[in-house]
Amino acid sequence: MDTLYYLIQNMLPVAISLLLVALGGMFSEVGGVINIALEGIMLFGAYFAALFVYLVQGSGMNPQTILLLGMLVAAVAGLIYSLLLSFAAVTMKANQTIVGTSLNMLIPASVLLFSKMFFMSDGVTTSINFYIRKVPVLGDIPVIGPLFFQRTYLTVMIGFALLIIASIVFYKTKFGLRLRACGEHPHAADSVGINVHKMRYLGTSISGILGGIGGFFYSVGIMDGNVNGHTGVAGFGFLALAVMIFGQWRPGKIFLGALFFAFLRTLAYSISLIPFLYNLGIDQTYYRMLPYVATMIVLAFTSKKSRAPKAEGIPYDKSLR
Amino acid sequence: MEKYIIEMINITKVFPGIIANDNITLRLKKGEIHALLGENGAGKSTLMSVLFGLYQPDGGEIRKNGELVQINNPNDANDLGIGMVHQHFKLVEIFTVLENIILGVEPNKMGFLQKKEAREKVLKLSEKYGLRVDPDALIEDITVGMQQRVEILKMLYRDNEILIFDEPTAVLTPQEINELLQTMRGFANEGKSILFITHKLNEIMAVADRCTVLRKGKFIGTVDVKDTTKEELSRMMVGRDVSFKVEKKESKPEDVVLSIRNLSVPSKIHKKDAVRDVSFDIRRGEIVCIAGIDGNGQTELVGAITGLEKPSTGSISINGKDITRAPIRRRSIEGISHIPEDRHKHGLVLDYKLEENLVLQRYWQPEFQNKGFIKFDAVRKYANKLIDKFDIRSGQGPITIARSMSGGNQQKAIIAREIDKNHDLLIAVQPTRGLDVGAIEYVHKQLVETRDAGKGVLLVSFELDEVMDVSDRILVMYEGEIVGDLDPKKITVQELGLYMSGAKRDLVKEINDAG
Repeated sequence: MDTLYYLIQNMLPVAISLLLVALGGMFSEVGGVINIALEGIMLFGAYFAALFVYLVQGSGMNPQTILLLGMLVAAVAGLIYSLLLSFAAVTMKANQTIVGTSLNMLIPASVLLFSKMFFMSDGVTTSINFYIRKVPVLGDIPVIGPLFFQRTYLTVMIGFALLIIASIVFYKTKFGLRLRACGEHPHAADSVGINVHKMRYLGTSISGILGGIGGFFYSVGIMDGNVNGHTGVAGFGFLALAVMIFGQWRPGKIFLGALFFAFLRTLAYSISLIPFLYNLGIDQTYYRMLPYVATMIVLAFTSKKSRAPKAEGIPYDKSLR
Repeated sequence: MEKYIIEMINITKVFPGIIANDNITLRLKKGEIHALLGENGAGKSTLMSVLFGLYQPDGGEIRKNGELVQINNPNDANDLGIGMVHQHFKLVEIFTVLENIILGVEPNKMGFLQKKEAREKVLKLSEKYGLRVDPDALIEDITVGMQQRVEILKMLYRDNEILIFDEPTAVLTPQEINELLQTMRGFANEGKSILFITHKLNEIMAVADRCTVLRKGKFIGTVDVKDTTKEELSRMMVGRDVSFKVEKKESKPEDVVLSIRNLSVPSKIHKKDAVRDVSFDIRRGEIVCIAGIDGNGQTELVGAITGLEKPSTGSISINGKDITRAPIRRRSIEGISHIPEDRHKHGLVLDYKLEENLVLQRYWQPEFQNKGFIKFDAVRKYANKLIDKFDIRSGQGPITIARSMSGGNQQKAIIAREIDKNHDLLIAVQPTRGLDVGAIEYVHKQLVETRDAGKGVLLVSFELDEVMDVSDRILVMYEGEIVGDLDPKKITVQELGLYMSGAKRDLVKEINDAG
């Protein structure tokens, strides 16, 4: 039982990071913009948030307050970075895959450059502990307490809240309906007076915000609050795209997908705790390939049935009807 | 002076290289059905797009009830009470009927959708006008006719009083067309004003009060329908007298050229088969037309015969040779020629020169190549021959890039290539789509000549007039099956419509030619 609690406690911060980024990708793509740049947006958000944490860590502020403020910084940074994608892909009608790729390449290199210039290191190292041993009251509930409110991070609770908000926005609001129309049939949206460019900017901006937050949560929950330009976010941006496709661009399924990939990853890093797998004597490095290999397999099998937003990746042009 | 609800005065709209609307004036009275008639490319859709705010005119003005108005986008049009049913429906397929109707004018509280009141309003409208829809069905699951009702409900939901119908009958069966025309009449009687874009004269005569005719972007005239005739209207539309009849002799069917047995073809869209257990023969010297509403398996059937799609069961043979699994070139050599449905996608390499397109089926023959090198002088000579013979007009002759040619001449190029090559069976899918009346006459003549030369012709068409006039035998396809084997001389259009909509079917007798 303790092993299971341990696995889940370790899995959730990973899952939440993936979840938020994948939800971000969803908002961008159902609006019609392919967001390959999630990896770059994550790292950009994480780096600025880590810089913020680095600057305020000596001030004696409550770590959880710092985390919340850091989250805001990450959101703003992600939003700003995503505007580059929106401008190129929506306003200038550039090829979205190429724009996204170039945005991804820019960030790790910049992080390395600036960190070398100012810190003589590969990234930002912070010394604040965001870890929560046990949430008062809630942590004492049997089963639920140890699963969700012990040995965890505030990020997990925020993540769940954002998932609920995202689902409501997606299904229950005017905005959600209009956004989905723009990714599916922008000409239909235009003909009923919806501003397709504006909606696409909004969708991509939400993906920037969620991507930035997801990046910061990655650094908090997985990298102990540190960010560096070498490992970056370890392909989580791309993994999130896989989660999004696995989830068929729907919030609920994306959550399941995020849990699945996060579970594999946590399992891979916890082999020594599971006697059966440990005794197999396979080099643990191989287990660490699990989430990435699973990505390939899952996508290979699901992509055939996959139902992507019809107009994603196609710049909107009024005159082509 | 009479009162007009909408006046479009001296509208001019220029696109790069073409004047789509040249100084056009159109006046719509309250409560009338006003037809807008013209050939493809006459500028009807452009003019309506200007009225609906999708395009900005380069000159002219629009007045509503005599007051000057500016329509910058569909929202402005909607505010003025103008609604439009587009030729290609503007519906989001994965949304429900209700979601599509409210899209853009969603009833909401603080941004949260309030679908309940919208549903009540939609049901009320649907009942009042007899426009049956299921508000919770997904668009991708409902018929084209119902999709059109959704489009009409979209306008009614917005309380529009000026309704534009852009070629609304093109996708409907004759019965559905009648229903629609009655609905339109009902709207007019209620005081709504209707602009009805079409190129079908019968419909205008049946329902319209007045008619404005455009030709090549120019205003030709506005007439009262009760004071005019079909012939008069067609003369105004085309600019000369047109014969609607296809001249042809009695057909004399000979040997079987194409034989299809128990053919089924899987669908790419849904799980069921698109073509189900179909059997028929085509003989030399007859034109067999596959009639039916778009999407009933015609594309997949032709795909299986030409090799573009793989059948799941059944057999196809040409001149007695089985070609069920043969590669496309084998089929071509065995004598199949194909004028494809989508001439841009399957008919031409648009960025190649005309001469290169003309030898696409033959470049590998010794006449045109030597050890893999193309003999360009031979190609040029052959291209010039075809250009003369089939009267293909283009800017620079054989070296014209196919993309820059007009639709009619692109089609002529394909026809020239497919007819001049050695063939026993010509498959023509919607060969006249998007062509003007002159080009249509030409294509029909070529089909009849091919038949008279002793070849079999398989024609797929959605145009009922074409089906009735050109074919010697009609096979009706409905939901992947052949539901009727009819003689065009013995049936009426109405009867054909019943077959097309699945309301009537014959037990098509097993075709047993084994003897």
